[in-house]
Amino acid sequence: MSDVEVMIAPNVIEYPFRRTTGPVIGAFFTALREGFVVGVRGSDGRVIVPPAEYDPVTAEELTEIVEVGDAGEVVSWAWVAESLDGHPFDRPFAFALVKLDGADTPMLHAVDVAAAEQMRTGMRVAARWRPARPGADDEVAEGVRYREGHIADIECFVPEGDR
Amino acid sequence: MRDIAVISFAQSPQVRRQPDLNEVEMLMPVVRDALAGAGITKDRVDFVCSASSDYLAGQAFSFVMTLDAVGPWPPISESHVDMDGAWAAYEAWVKMQMGHVDVALVYAYGKSSPGDIRRVLTRQLDPYYLGPLWPDSVSLAALQARCGLDAGSFTKADMAEVAARSRRDAKANAWAQLSGDDDPAELLGRDELVSPLHVHDCPPVTDGAAAVVLAAGDVARELCARPAWIRGIDHRIEPHALGLRDLTRSVSTEQAATAAGVADGPVQLAELHAPFTHQELILRSALGLGDDVVVNPSGGALCANAIMTAGLIRLGEAASRVTAGDADRAVAHATSGPCLQQNLVCVLEGE
Repeated sequence: MSDVEVMIAPNVIEYPFRRTTGPVIGAFFTALREGFVVGVRGSDGRVIVPPAEYDPVTAEELTEIVEVGDAGEVVSWAWVAESLDGHPFDRPFAFALVKLDGADTPMLHAVDVAAAEQMRTGMRVAARWRPARPGADDEVAEGVRYREGHIADIECFVPEGDR
Repeated sequence: MRDIAVISFAQSPQVRRQPDLNEVEMLMPVVRDALAGAGITKDRVDFVCSASSDYLAGQAFSFVMTLDAVGPWPPISESHVDMDGAWAAYEAWVKMQMGHVDVALVYAYGKSSPGDIRRVLTRQLDPYYLGPLWPDSVSLAALQARCGLDAGSFTKADMAEVAARSRRDAKANAWAQLSGDDDPAELLGRDELVSPLHVHDCPPVTDGAAAVVLAAGDVARELCARPAWIRGIDHRIEPHALGLRDLTRSVSTEQAATAAGVADGPVQLAELHAPFTHQELILRSALGLGDDVVVNPSGGALCANAIMTAGLIRLGEAASRVTAGDADRAVAHATSGPCLQQNLVCVLEGE
């Protein structure tokens, strides 16, 4: 059958939903827009970053928002030698689990270094922030992605000394 | 509890790309073979449960069209899960426990070839913290593997050994996509795909389908000389966020194994749904399997990993080996979600 011409129709799946983020996830995104990071205190007192709405063990509703640092330690990392469409970079980079200062759980993000040899578990990294949105009277630069309350408001993490 | 058994198992050739057959055409011979294996026609089937993903098919309610593979006329009793077929088997098992169903047909299918499966799977991630970064399935598994390597739970040589053994065992499995004799040291010499994972640590991209027939009590004994009785079955899930989990363990597998009674007797054989080499090592530990247990004689998901299907194949492979008399007590396992988030464990016994 393989010599039969197969009809192919392209089909792009979209994700065209808008949602409200609520008091916990919303607090995280609002903080990102302002240039800092928050988590939430879990039932056992640990600080969960990014914040979870319900405790992963007790299922208790969590409400105590806690500010944490924007630098921390790499807990694990994966070197993406060939990036895929949608990835934070179109060049080699690392995905990493980063435990921010003051947090008890790591978060997933990208680390921008030139080569895998510059990555190691336990290394210190810091957030590289996108610029704050200019005020109403200020000039908006062409092609700049400003902070808007999105996980990509942190463009990536970089080795702490490089920030 | 009613006694319920797997009495038949069939699968399609598991291949990299199946462009010539649509899902119905891919399934029809599989359903025919599964029913023939039980020695029945479809009028003996009281309940049909299927498993597939609209994200692979590219349209909503795609499973409705695939019902043509079983011929839903006159009207049949059926259900569907957007999960691996092992969970469809679980739903059928629950329905049979309620007492109104004696024979159930469970099937699953997935064609990954039309899209980029690493990217498609990112759409199962939470849309706030993870989805916008498009962390693909291989990258997430690589994060998990490094946690285990850093903790000293296993080495890259252990992982390569899993790959080589799986491919060697798959030589006896005519349905497998990958098989062969590979030297683990040679595999380790090749480039990494997403460090620390090499290509041999990752599952192939597969199109495939599978089906099992379940039957209860005396009906199972009537239709099968040696039914594979389900003595325990349970599934558990962990938090979605990787940061909330201990990635060096599989806590949900440990919980499911306890509930299913894995340790209540000796295990001779296990079919583990471990798409990545390090995940087999994590699962062996979570299930408490000793070195004397035969693991993945089929070659496992490292040699054929049709999405939504590979877990049901583990159930079918384990059951057919019990039925064949190769094992008296076997474990089947299925997983779903990133980095072994959700796990199903089933204990099968011969009589």
